[in-house]
Amino acid sequence: MPPMLQFLLSRLVKAVLVLGVVVILNFLLIHAAPGDPATVMAGEAGAADQAFVDQLRTQFGLDQPLYVQLGTYVGHIVQGDLGFSFRQQRPVADLLLERLPATVVLTLSAFVLALVGGVALGLLAALNVGKWADSAITVVALLSYATPIYWVGLMLVLVFSVNLGWLPAFGYETIGAGYSGVEKLADIGSHMFLPVVTLGLFYMAVYTRMMRASALEVASMDFVKTARAKGQTEWNIVTRHVLRNAILPILTVAGIQAGQLIGGSILVESVFAWPGLGRLTFDAVLQRDYQVLLGVFFVTSVLVIAFNILTDLLYVLIDPRVEITT
Amino acid sequence: MPQTETETQAPGVAPPLLEIKNLTVALPDEAERPFAVEKVRYTLNPDEILCVVGESGSGKSVTAHAIMGLLPKPDLRIAAGRILYRGQNIVAMSEAEQRALRGHRIAMIFQEPMTALNPLMRVGDQIEEALIIHTDLDRKARKARVVEMLDAVGLPSPETLRKSYPFRLSGGQRQRVMIAMALALKPDILIADEPTTALDVTTQKQILDLIKTIQREHKMAVLFITHDFGVVAEIADRVAVMRHGRVVELGPAQEVLTAPKAEYTRALIDSLPHGRPTDATVARGGPALLAAEGVTKVYRSGGTRVSKRTELVVSDNIYLTIHPGETVGLVGESGSGKSTLARAIVGLLKPDGGRILFQGTDLLSLDRAGFRPFRRHVQMVFQDPYASLNPRHKVAEIIAQGPIAFGTPRAEALARARELLGVVGLDASAGGRYPHEFSGGQRQRISIARALAMEPQLLIADEPVSALDASVQAQVLDLLADIKAKLNLAMLFITHDLRVAAQICDTVGVMQHGRIVEYGAATEVFGHPTDPYTRALLDAIPGQAWHASHPPSGGPPS
Repeated sequence: MPPMLQFLLSRLVKAVLVLGVVVILNFLLIHAAPGDPATVMAGEAGAADQAFVDQLRTQFGLDQPLYVQLGTYVGHIVQGDLGFSFRQQRPVADLLLERLPATVVLTLSAFVLALVGGVALGLLAALNVGKWADSAITVVALLSYATPIYWVGLMLVLVFSVNLGWLPAFGYETIGAGYSGVEKLADIGSHMFLPVVTLGLFYMAVYTRMMRASALEVASMDFVKTARAKGQTEWNIVTRHVLRNAILPILTVAGIQAGQLIGGSILVESVFAWPGLGRLTFDAVLQRDYQVLLGVFFVTSVLVIAFNILTDLLYVLIDPRVEITT
Repeated sequence: MPQTETETQAPGVAPPLLEIKNLTVALPDEAERPFAVEKVRYTLNPDEILCVVGESGSGKSVTAHAIMGLLPKPDLRIAAGRILYRGQNIVAMSEAEQRALRGHRIAMIFQEPMTALNPLMRVGDQIEEALIIHTDLDRKARKARVVEMLDAVGLPSPETLRKSYPFRLSGGQRQRVMIAMALALKPDILIADEPTTALDVTTQKQILDLIKTIQREHKMAVLFITHDFGVVAEIADRVAVMRHGRVVELGPAQEVLTAPKAEYTRALIDSLPHGRPTDATVARGGPALLAAEGVTKVYRSGGTRVSKRTELVVSDNIYLTIHPGETVGLVGESGSGKSTLARAIVGLLKPDGGRILFQGTDLLSLDRAGFRPFRRHVQMVFQDPYASLNPRHKVAEIIAQGPIAFGTPRAEALARARELLGVVGLDASAGGRYPHEFSGGQRQRISIARALAMEPQLLIADEPVSALDASVQAQVLDLLADIKAKLNLAMLFITHDLRVAAQICDTVGVMQHGRIVEYGAATEVFGHPTDPYTRALLDAIPGQAWHASHPPSGGPPS
């Protein structure tokens, strides 16, 4: 078997094991939280008596011992069934599938923006170390890093939507406009702009700071001097020698953070009323909608594990010193 | 002064290829002296090897970097003077013009082959890069040239090696790649900045031979920077000696080596480890202080993730004894297992098998608490004086820490620390300062004082002088010899430098691939080596013919 395939297989086996543990932990954690869907639904229904709550509990299977509930849940997961939301009266899988694209589009764009912007700005700062460009970039990065995400979101809305009126403040697309084709894309793009910037800015600041430090370190290395001694131009030295070496530590962190972005998007989706997983999660928490929450956790876990495998593969491609062993 | 030799050129003599005229390089304002190099002048002719010798901070490397236009900006700048390449002033050239010379007509190789190559690029591509920059050769012609160059520097199977990444190659092989890269465009001048300093002695010999051969073949001019007069004796046609940024002596190698004019040159040559075994004989009778029996250690690294997995056997069945007052030297090349053995004795790592007997007690059988009393009997001095002292602690505290940990009252330990500073030749006031305020040699003295504070019976010195300049090295070696005589201290002295080992050790063990291949009295091992590896090591010592014919004027203190 080729080593690459062997590596992937072994990682997949491990991923399944990890996922199993995560599923069980998620379940236990959620049930450790006070309250359950029955009390919330009963509360919303007005003054409900204990009999009504008990009836709801029996209906949802909440009256069973915890290990039985866990067994039922795991059994369903193994069969690929993510459960049913009594709250929304729909299968959890449907809910997730409906929301997932919006979140993936948002987080992926923010991730790419953070990575590309961070690497570019960090490199620029490192090349101009000590000059005004470096200082400006460092200050902006520090500010974006230190400012709470939701506040940045609110301020951006205030400036670009409320005051200037350039961009829509919330939502995924203009409701009822009936756009199609290019127009539809442009519409979604304009809606995406602010949330993506808000979410991406924080991570971009992290990457900028890392990239600056990393590039400075690499630029002082002997092989950069070797390249210069060859008569290589500064531009080629940066692109051919500094960039590739300096980006390695960024990849490691980015791989871990790619999974976290979904968590970060909960706030941003709430601020911008973005119809994604984040909003779904937020609502589910308030409503103690266990099935939906567990579904979201499950999907996030899968994404995190997938990103980790992807990062390891990327490392093998970029750094020849890293080899695949199983 | 001999520095003016090029001013009056005899007609018919080829003009110098490179002329450095009154070069002055300014240091930043906060530096301890205003100029890195001051009014340096020397010339480099076609078809010659000019060695520039000096200790660290002498400006030998700065001059070379100035020629290449590689001075670190903005810290160092050329304040005055000219660098003439075929009559054209490099200093006045634009960046683009300088770039056209760099790597094309003037090429450079560096000290550290392990870091001088881009780890993410195939070595062939790195050589090809120089060809892409400076020639119009098509891809096929470039590939052919790369293979040709790799072959010319004596690398095996160049066709496959071309596609290797640097981490696959040894230090010597990487330095060959660097040479291939530097020579790819058949430059007029090769600047070699301590190219063999980081290499093992046998590899050093090969690289020196290679540089010499190629130089003769292409009638190239080589500017060879080194701190080692042995290397100078091996390859130089002419020598320039530098000190504190100035050229103090310049002349034909034969003259400088045998009849140095400048006081400083003489001092430098005298400070070389003379390599003659000590006359004093130590009685090796009686019970051994320390005996290592059948010590083995296997290194495994790597795991199940994306990483390398290697298994390395170091210290394979080692037998070694040290008697009170005896200095045992362990010599060998990097990776031979010298340091592993030393670390096992101090208890810094756990061997996989064997016994280490200290006065009859097997140290390996002891648990942590049982080992503790032995810690003070065995002390260690490390190689890098810059990394082995805690930068946040004052010197007196560093020295007193050990005794305090073993119950000596603090005031007493600190007083003793100041005494010890005197013993190692430092002022007692040094105790109140921090390590960074001291030079490398001084720091190594502090390290020795720290070890002595525990009143050890055995001192383990792991390459204690390899990071130091020759003159400082001699002083520290003298100090160690002095201390061991006064205190009747047993010492395990680890070094890669056979000249140093010969000078300070009573008994020598030669290590190769984790084994001691030869063990005996220093006079015997160096005088009549029986093992082929020992012979190869001795043969590789640079400048032997010169050492033999010109014993240093100073000589060892009798």
